[in-house]
Amino acid sequence: MTKPTNSILAVPFAMVLATFFVLPLILVVVVSFWDYTEYSLIPDLILMNYAELFYGCFDWDQGLCTTFATYLSTFKYVFLTWCLTLVIGFGVALYLVFCVRSLKMQIVLFLVCTIPFWTSNVIRMISWIPLLGRNGIVNTALMSLGIIDQPIEWLLYSGFSVTLGFVHLYTLFMVVPIFNSMAKIDKSLIEAAKDSGASAWQIITNIIIPLSRSGIMIGSIFVITIVVGDFITIGVLGGQQIASVGKIIYVEMSYLQFPAAAANAVVLVSITLLMVAAMMRIVNVRKEL
Amino acid sequence: MFSRAQKAWLTVFFSCFVIFLYGPVLSIILLAFQGPEGGLTFPMRGFSLHWFEELWRGLGVVDISRGLRRSLFLGVLVMIFTVILSLCAGLAFRKKFRGSGVLFYLTIASLIIPSIAISLGIALQFRLLDETVKWLGQSLEIQWIIDDFQTSMGLIASGLGTHLTWTLPFGLLIMFAVFNRFNPSYEEAARDLGATPWQTFWGVVFPLIAPALVGVALFGFTLSYDELARSSQALGAVNTLPLELRGLTTTVTNPSIYALGAVTTGVSFLVIGLSLGLFWVLRQKAGNIK
Repeated sequence: MTKPTNSILAVPFAMVLATFFVLPLILVVVVSFWDYTEYSLIPDLILMNYAELFYGCFDWDQGLCTTFATYLSTFKYVFLTWCLTLVIGFGVALYLVFCVRSLKMQIVLFLVCTIPFWTSNVIRMISWIPLLGRNGIVNTALMSLGIIDQPIEWLLYSGFSVTLGFVHLYTLFMVVPIFNSMAKIDKSLIEAAKDSGASAWQIITNIIIPLSRSGIMIGSIFVITIVVGDFITIGVLGGQQIASVGKIIYVEMSYLQFPAAAANAVVLVSITLLMVAAMMRIVNVRKEL
Repeated sequence: MFSRAQKAWLTVFFSCFVIFLYGPVLSIILLAFQGPEGGLTFPMRGFSLHWFEELWRGLGVVDISRGLRRSLFLGVLVMIFTVILSLCAGLAFRKKFRGSGVLFYLTIASLIIPSIAISLGIALQFRLLDETVKWLGQSLEIQWIIDDFQTSMGLIASGLGTHLTWTLPFGLLIMFAVFNRFNPSYEEAARDLGATPWQTFWGVVFPLIAPALVGVALFGFTLSYDELARSSQALGAVNTLPLELRGLTTTVTNPSIYALGAVTTGVSFLVIGLSLGLFWVLRQKAGNIK
C-alpha cells in the first residue's frame, strides 16, 4: 500500500469533516452577522449581534457587563478544574508508572481509570445526587456524627458540585496523556538521580515534570477546551444559578435567536483557539502519539 | 524511586481516586434496587425490582425504549463509519500527502472546538437546508414537499454527521498511535515474497492492526451512545437516550431514573467487556503472525 494514490483514502474522512464541521462553523460566522425576528433569519451584514453581546462592557463605571461576568464565571471553573485534574491526574499517573511493577497490573489499573470514559456522562453526573443532596449520605453522616446540626445546603446545585462533577468526569483526560509521556521516561535517568542522592521530590520536579510536559499540555488542552464550552454539567449539577458561556448560547438557541447565539459562539471559539494555539507552541502534539 | 512509606501513600491516593471514580455510580446502581417505598437517597427501604418495572412501563410522556433503540442504532452506525473512515485515513497518513497537515489540524480542531458551537452550526446548516428545500418545493410546485416536508434533520443525516465530528478524531489519533509503532519490515517481507498490495494488506497489515481497530470501534460506539453536548441541538425532534435522560433529571423524582442509569451503564459495560475480550483474542492472533 505505498502507491502515491494513497491520499485518496483520506478523502471520505476529509469530506465528512468538511460537511459536518467546517461548513457548519463557516455558517456560524456568517449568521453571526445576520438579522433576525422572532421566527425567521434575515441575511444581512450587521454588527448588531456583537454590539448587543458587548453592550455596556467598555463602560467601566457601570461595573462588569453580563458577557464579561459570564466569562469570568466560566473561567473560574476552567481554572479550578484544570488545577484539580492536573494534580490528581499527575498523582495517578505517577502511581501507575513508578509504583506498579508488573506490566499486567499496570494495564489492568490503567483500564480501571479509563473505563468510566466509555460510560454515560449524564449518569455520572446524576450519581452525585444521592451523595450530596439535602438528605444525602454526606449530610446524613455528618449529622449523625454530630459535626453539623443542619444539612449543608451548598453541597448540591452549587459551584462546589459543578467543580466536583468536572473533576469526576474529566480527570482521566489528564491521566491518559500524562501516563503516556511518563511511561516513556528512561528509568536509568531516575536511577542515576537516585544514586547521586536526589530525593523523590527532587526527582519529580527536576526529571519527571519536565519530561512529562507534553502529556501535561495535551491533558490541559483537553480539560480546558471541554470545560470552557460546557453547559450540561453546569445545567445538571449547578441548579439554575450558575452562568456559563455555553449555557447562554444554549438558551439563545432555544429561543431561536440564532444570530445572537452565533455571535456568542464566534467569540467563544476564538478564545478557545487562541488558548490552544498558545499551548500548542509549547508542545508538538503530532510527535507525541 | 519512592521509599516504602511514599509508595504506601501513593497507593492510598490511587485507591481513593478509584473510589471517587466508581463510588457514585455504584451507589445509584444499588439505589435502583430500592424498595417501592424508597426514595432518591439512602437508606435503602427494602430490596426490589419495583423501579425497573416502573421503567418498563414507561416514564410519563418520555418514550425510553425508543430512545434506547435510537441510541443503539446510531451507535452501531457511527461505529461502522468511524472504523472504516479512520482506517482509510490512517493508511493515507502513513505518507505525507498534499493537505495532510491541514487535515490533521482540522481533526484536532474538531476535537477541541466547544461542542455547543458545533451543535449550533449543524442546527443552522439543516435549518437553512430545510428552508431552501421548502422554497424550491414552492417555487417548482413539487407537491409532496409542500404537503409533507418537515425537516431534513434526523438520526441518519444530522445525527450521524454530528457524532462523527466527535468520534473520527479519536479514531484517527488511535490509527496514528498504531502506525507510528508499526514495523514496516513485515510488509516488506510479504512484498519480497511476491504478495500483491491487496494480499499484503489483508494478509499482514490488517491482522496486525485488528486489535487497534477494535479499540476504534469501542470509541466509536460508546462515544456516540453517550453523546449529548453536540447532539443537543442537532437532532431535531428525535431524541436519543442521553437527551431523554437529561430531560428526566428535572422531571423524574423517584428511583426509576436510577434504574434507567443502571440499564444504560449495563449496556456500556457489556460493550466494553466484549471489546476487551475481542481485543485480547485478536492480539494473540497478531502475535502468531509475527
